Order: sequence, then structure tokens, then C-alpha cells
Amino acid sequence: MTGIAERNEPVATAPSGATGHLLALTDITKRFQTARADTLALDHVSLEVRPREIVCIVGPSGCGKSTLLNIAAGIDAHFDGTATFEGEPIKGMARERAVVFQEPALFPWLNVRANVEFGLKLRGVSKADRNSIVDQQLEMVNLTKFDRAYIHELSGGMKQRVQLARALAVEPHMLMMDEPFAALDAQTRDDLQMELQGVAGRIGATVLFVTHNVREAVILGDRVVVMSKSPGRIRRIIDIPLGRPRTPDDHDVADFAAMVRAELQESSNEPRYAI
Amino acid sequence: MRFSAPSRESGYKLLRIAAFYVIVIAGWWAIANAEIWSPYLFPAPDSVWRSMRANFDNGQIPAAIGATLQRMAVGYVLSFIIGMALGILNASSKWANETIGGIVLGVQSLPSITWLPLAVLWFGLTEKAIIFVVLMGSACSIAISAQAGIQGIPPLLQRAAGTLGASRWQAYLYVVLPGMIPVMVQGMKQGWSFAWRSLMAGELLFVSAGLGHLLNVGRDLNNISMVFAVMIVIVFVGVAVDRLIFGRAERWVKERWGYAA
Repeated sequence: MTGIAERNEPVATAPSGATGHLLALTDITKRFQTARADTLALDHVSLEVRPREIVCIVGPSGCGKSTLLNIAAGIDAHFDGTATFEGEPIKGMARERAVVFQEPALFPWLNVRANVEFGLKLRGVSKADRNSIVDQQLEMVNLTKFDRAYIHELSGGMKQRVQLARALAVEPHMLMMDEPFAALDAQTRDDLQMELQGVAGRIGATVLFVTHNVREAVILGDRVVVMSKSPGRIRRIIDIPLGRPRTPDDHDVADFAAMVRAELQESSNEPRYAI
Repeated sequence: MRFSAPSRESGYKLLRIAAFYVIVIAGWWAIANAEIWSPYLFPAPDSVWRSMRANFDNGQIPAAIGATLQRMAVGYVLSFIIGMALGILNASSKWANETIGGIVLGVQSLPSITWLPLAVLWFGLTEKAIIFVVLMGSACSIAISAQAGIQGIPPLLQRAAGTLGASRWQAYLYVVLPGMIPVMVQGMKQGWSFAWRSLMAGELLFVSAGLGHLLNVGRDLNNISMVFAVMIVIVFVGVAVDRLIFGRAERWVKERWGYAA
């Protein structure tokens, strides 16, 4: 994996914004009010993401981790606190913060190639440039041979690869991933974790990755944000200073996973976490 | 459209179907020749065939097909435009759905030939009246399916488009419009069949030209073979449109979505 060396290089260009952060979420509070319940999904949560790092958010169902990602992505605009990206307040969705969703949010009427091309067409990129970008992305996720396939013809893992290629094609400044591998079988999940480490390393991507799988968080994250629920708060942020690529079988990964799990269990009465 | 070379399997299928029709026509011929009923009431297949040939040769059937399809085309295109507009309106405005949506559902339950008396009073015995009946037959089906099609699109797809940089308009143009197609195809097919039935009824009742009118001419002439011949033509035109237009659209949907619409 060539990506490791590149990732460890110092960032050449100064990150925009005076803070040195790409994404800054400060004092975010989010309530969900319905007729019967008033839930404090996020209670004064602050999180900063630096350029070229992968930050994983892990926590139990209902801890607000997906809500936090939706706020960062600009999908959810109703919250208290400030959310800035590259020093500017986040106002709605933008291709700078492309999202990979848990469900395969692909367009069934378009084949794989046209799905990956979608965001480029919106921007009016020329046909020749589109073709070369799409070819490159499809090669990166090993789907070159399937470029004419329709979505229903793909496996779950392939669908998530298409989503990743489609998001990367628009050259986002940061990639938002909302439990993208949660619905996949264990083997496919391991494969995609490896691929994502490779791809992210190669292009120096900044990633915010939400998961409820502790080991996945440790494998992928440069930092792991542990959240607790009711109300949703950040309990601890753990640095994972391990080399890459990391595999599920690494002892160090297991040790860090145990640490994260202990943190989660202390915070909760639900001692059931996937490993 | 692609055609694959006929395999052994599809060859047998064609043979089975051909054999079935040979038996049906032979049975028809036998019953007609048993003279249980007078040939004025129950014609033999050869007599129907001769009548069909004659009416094709003298141009009556082709002219009638032309007139009928032209009415269908004009009425259907109008109802597509009106139906789409109503469907989009009802899907995007709660207020519109509560008011106009209710009217659309009500009118949908009305057999559209019942618009004929009103159409005659408004437009007289003109093409406008018959096109109005066709329009009322299909516009509501199209409106209802357009609304259902839009509302059935997973919100996640529009959100995905947004995160790829789509504006609201782009999301509508590139996600909502194509995403509604499977449901639309079904609604348009239903709308077509409603319009087709009401057009035949309308032509039978009053207007000149068209297949329904030709059917009436056959009755006036007491020419049972001609009546049979025209009915067969009506079946063929209906099936041809279904296969050529809607069959193709359904295959298009199935190829992409992976299920029959």
C-alpha cells in the first residue's frame, strides 16, 4: 500500500480557515421534538477535523452520531451551535462534502458509469474529462468491468464501491461516510475497509466516518470519537497511532478496540457491541 | 430493439401459439358451417377475411385507423400534459392534494364516456367533443400515477444528488423525473386503455370516421362479416400499441430497475 508514506507526509498546503481545521463543529445542540417525546440528540458537542485525517465516530444507536454527520454534511440545517467548513458556515449540501450513505443511494435508471458521472455532469465537466475521471474512479474501486451494469445487477459490496467512486469523482474536500459497510457481510466488510484505507491514503482524503462497529472504527480511524447517548455527547476522543494498512487481526487493533469498548461500556447500560 | 436468433425454445413457443390459433379458427369454421345460426348472424372466418380484405382495399379500414389514432394521439398528448401538471402539483403541495387531489380521484371513478353528453353540449358534434372524452378518460390516471411516482421516490436519492452538488432544480430534473418513470409507465398504460375504450364508445355513438364509426356502418348495412372484421382490427390496433409502446417502455424499466413496473 503506497498510501502510508503519503499520509504521513506533512500537509503541504496550509489548511484554509484560521483554525487549521477543515471541519469545525462547535457547541452543537440538536433536539428532536415530537408530540410524545423530546429527545436531546446532541448536547453541546464540539468536534474538529484536520485535513487528511480519518475521524471515526462510534457509539450506540441513538447517540446522535449520524445526526452529527448530517449536520456536517449540510443535510440537517436545524441545530444550535456553529458548524464551519473551510472557515465558512455550512449552508446546505455541497459537493465539497460528498456523502456515502448506509443504504446504496444509487440511481437505478443509470448504469454504473452514469452514476459515477452524475456529479460531474451537474458541474458541466466536458465529456472527455468526465470519461477519464470516471475511468480512473472505477479502476480505483475495481469496477472497470462493470461500468455498463445497472445497479440491481450488483452485490451489496459493489454498490457501496460505486457510491464511493461517485462521491470521490466530484473531488470532495472531505468525505462523509454514514455507516457505509453496516449492511454488508463480514468478508466484504473487511475487503472494503482495506480498500478504503488504500484509496484514502493514496489521495490524502479527509474522512468523517460513522460506525457502530468498534473494530471498524479502530481500523479506519486516525482518531476515534466515542459517543454516549441520552443525551448525545462526546465521551472521549482516542488517538490511534498505528501504521497502515491495519487489518482486523492485528493485535494492536484488538487492544485499541478493547479500550474503545471499555469506554463505551462504562458510558452505557447496554454492554452489547459488535467487535 | 435487439432481436436474438430464435432459439429452439422460442421456436416451440411460436409453434404452440400458431397451433392454438389454427385450432380456434378451424373450430370457428366448423361451427359456422354447421349452420346452427344463420350466416347473417355468425359468419365463417373466410367471409370475415374477405370483408377485411375488401375494406382494406377500398381504403375504409386504413382511413378509420388513421382517424382513430389521430384522435387518440391528440387526446392522449393533451392528457399527458394536463395529467403531469396535476400530478406534480398534487405531489408538491399538501394544499393542492387535499383539494384538487380529491377531485382527480373522484373524476377517475367516473367512466369517461359519461362526459360525452356534456362534451356535445359544449363543443357540438365535433372532433373537439370526442377528444375531450379521450382526455377525460386518461388525464386522471396519468395525474394519479405521476403523483404516486414522485412520492414513491426515496428521499435519500434526492439527498444523494444534493451532496453531489445538485441544486433543487437539478435534483428535480435529474432525480425526480427519471425516478418516477416505473410508476408513470403503469399509469400511462392504464390511461391509454381507458382512453381507448372511451374513444371506441364515443365513435360508436356519434362521430363520423374512425373504427368505432366503421363498426356502426357495418351494423347499418347488416354486414356481420364487416362488424367482425372491424372488431378484429380494433383488437390488433390495441395490442400493437400495447406491445410497441408500452411493452418497450416496460422492458426499459425492467432492464434498469430489475423488476417489472
